[in-house]
Amino acid sequence: MKLVRKSGVQLAALVITLLLLPFITDALLGRGWVRIADFAMLYIMLALGLNIVVGYAGLLDLGYIAFFAVGAYCYALTGSPHLALAFPMAFPDGVHLSFWIVLPLAALTAGSFGMLLGAPTLRLRGDYLAIVTLGFGEIIRIFLNNLNAPINLTNGPQGISRIDPVRVADVSLSATQNIFGIAFPSVHLYFYLFLAFTALVVIVSRRLERSRIGRAWMAIREDEIAASAMGLNTRNLKLLAFAMGAMFGGASGALFAGFQGFVSPESFSLMESIMVLCMVVLGGMGNIAGVILGGVLLAILPEVLRHSVVPLQQALFGKTVVDPESLRMLLFGTALIVMMLYRPAGLLPSRVRRRELGSDEAPESL
Amino acid sequence: MTDMKPLLRLSSIGKQFGGLSALSDVSLHIRRGEIYGLIGPNGAGKTTLFNVITGLYQPSAGGFEFDGKKYQACKPHVLAKAGIARTFQNIRLFANLTALENVMIGRHVRTRAGVFGALLRDRATRSEEHAITERSRELLRYVGIEKPAQTLAKHLSYGEQRRLEIARALATDPLLLALDEPAAGMNATETESLKALLQTIPDRGITVLLIEHDVKLIMGLCDRVAVLDYGRKIAEGVPEDVRKDPAVIAAYLGSGDE
Repeated sequence: MKLVRKSGVQLAALVITLLLLPFITDALLGRGWVRIADFAMLYIMLALGLNIVVGYAGLLDLGYIAFFAVGAYCYALTGSPHLALAFPMAFPDGVHLSFWIVLPLAALTAGSFGMLLGAPTLRLRGDYLAIVTLGFGEIIRIFLNNLNAPINLTNGPQGISRIDPVRVADVSLSATQNIFGIAFPSVHLYFYLFLAFTALVVIVSRRLERSRIGRAWMAIREDEIAASAMGLNTRNLKLLAFAMGAMFGGASGALFAGFQGFVSPESFSLMESIMVLCMVVLGGMGNIAGVILGGVLLAILPEVLRHSVVPLQQALFGKTVVDPESLRMLLFGTALIVMMLYRPAGLLPSRVRRRELGSDEAPESL
Repeated sequence: MTDMKPLLRLSSIGKQFGGLSALSDVSLHIRRGEIYGLIGPNGAGKTTLFNVITGLYQPSAGGFEFDGKKYQACKPHVLAKAGIARTFQNIRLFANLTALENVMIGRHVRTRAGVFGALLRDRATRSEEHAITERSRELLRYVGIEKPAQTLAKHLSYGEQRRLEIARALATDPLLLALDEPAAGMNATETESLKALLQTIPDRGITVLLIEHDVKLIMGLCDRVAVLDYGRKIAEGVPEDVRKDPAVIAAYLGSGDE
């Protein structure tokens, strides 16, 4: 059909643009921006994971970054010399498992943490659930911060460094590689790795959304009592939503640790949870395209500010009046308020919400 | 009614809310294939009884037997799986999903695709998904709201919403369909067409339990009727007998003569 051909062409164009993106960015804006694009990709994966919990199942989770942390520390511990400090007898050189072994383990570990969080909160909804999940996120972070004694498991606030880079087919992604005579710097290589994972996460999200399980989650979001009266095992489905969301978080955490080579509890603060939630809400809860847009905007905006605010103020006033970090919060807050007033369903509302907004003008023809 | 064993048998159900006794010692049985009416003044405990047999409330006393099995302290989804489906007095649709999706969710309990099925989209999952959609469309057609299948549930008219609830409940392939005031808020024409719909449900092999205020509807539709008042069953029988019962007249209509 024509429609199919058209969307096929669009898809091909999108793929080519994305494949060229690191080179274009590198040429136009500099290497730093490729790195920012890499982080944006990680954020998109996180936001899509959270979208399962918040957007589909309607469970407000303010501690989502904890699963990212669990995944990151999974790889940090099993892919660095660090464990030699804690268990010098057992691991004199630390543990150096392959990233590809740790990745599923990290996802599964984070998934079990998701269940662990889900189990006691099954009866809670809305604000109450948000508060418990917020507490959970902080508990994980505080544990990571303090588990350097009596045995040094996490190295406390100093974090774990010298994490092995990700290797694909024995090629390390941390060094520039020449492929077909083209030099691919490390950030470019990671960009492609993250792009592949983001694509996978998008496909998984889409398939879940349009499945029996996805419908069941949305039924719980809409009316839990009616859902259970229709025979939905709400307990299991909610646990499943928490676990699936957490697995996405854990996998992106492992990617983050491999990319960064260093993790510390500082990266997993409450602010990060809120950032990811903002991406979901700002973009359009329950809509994959919206969530991606939200992720891109919120990951790039602070960098744009960082690069523009200080030079701008220097030029205007000759000194820095407002530092970019506080300006970022100010803009964020304003943006959220404006959004809630004018586009409460997000920049790209979900299919259903869009229809709901549109159907007043164009009612179903009978 | 060849099978003489009742489909649902309640024995001495009691339900207390603090000091208030919403139901006490209610026993009744519903035969396969009949339309059984449950009437009574406001606050008589009809909806409480519904909530007990659909698992939303746990009875304080007594228990019930459904399709030959005893159920005690069961979750709603267990009873739905056993074959009890219900509608709600104050409509509880999945408001932001389409009419079709609402019915498709009703099929959940009779289908099995899990996460792996969703991710792999194998042949079994695809054909199950296809069957779910087909069946749901058929049910929408059956209750007469085929056209607005892609409309959000909350944008349907009131009467359509009531019908959609019935379609959603039927999608769970119930043995017993429990309807909580399906005609509430409908005008005479809508009630009449609803009655025509309800009359065809037993032909699908489904027993109907009906709470209703509209006495005319109950009398014209039900094979048997039970009357609740202050949480007790005060009468049971065929509609003609029940409406002549002095206790019913006193409780329901308030005064002596009809």
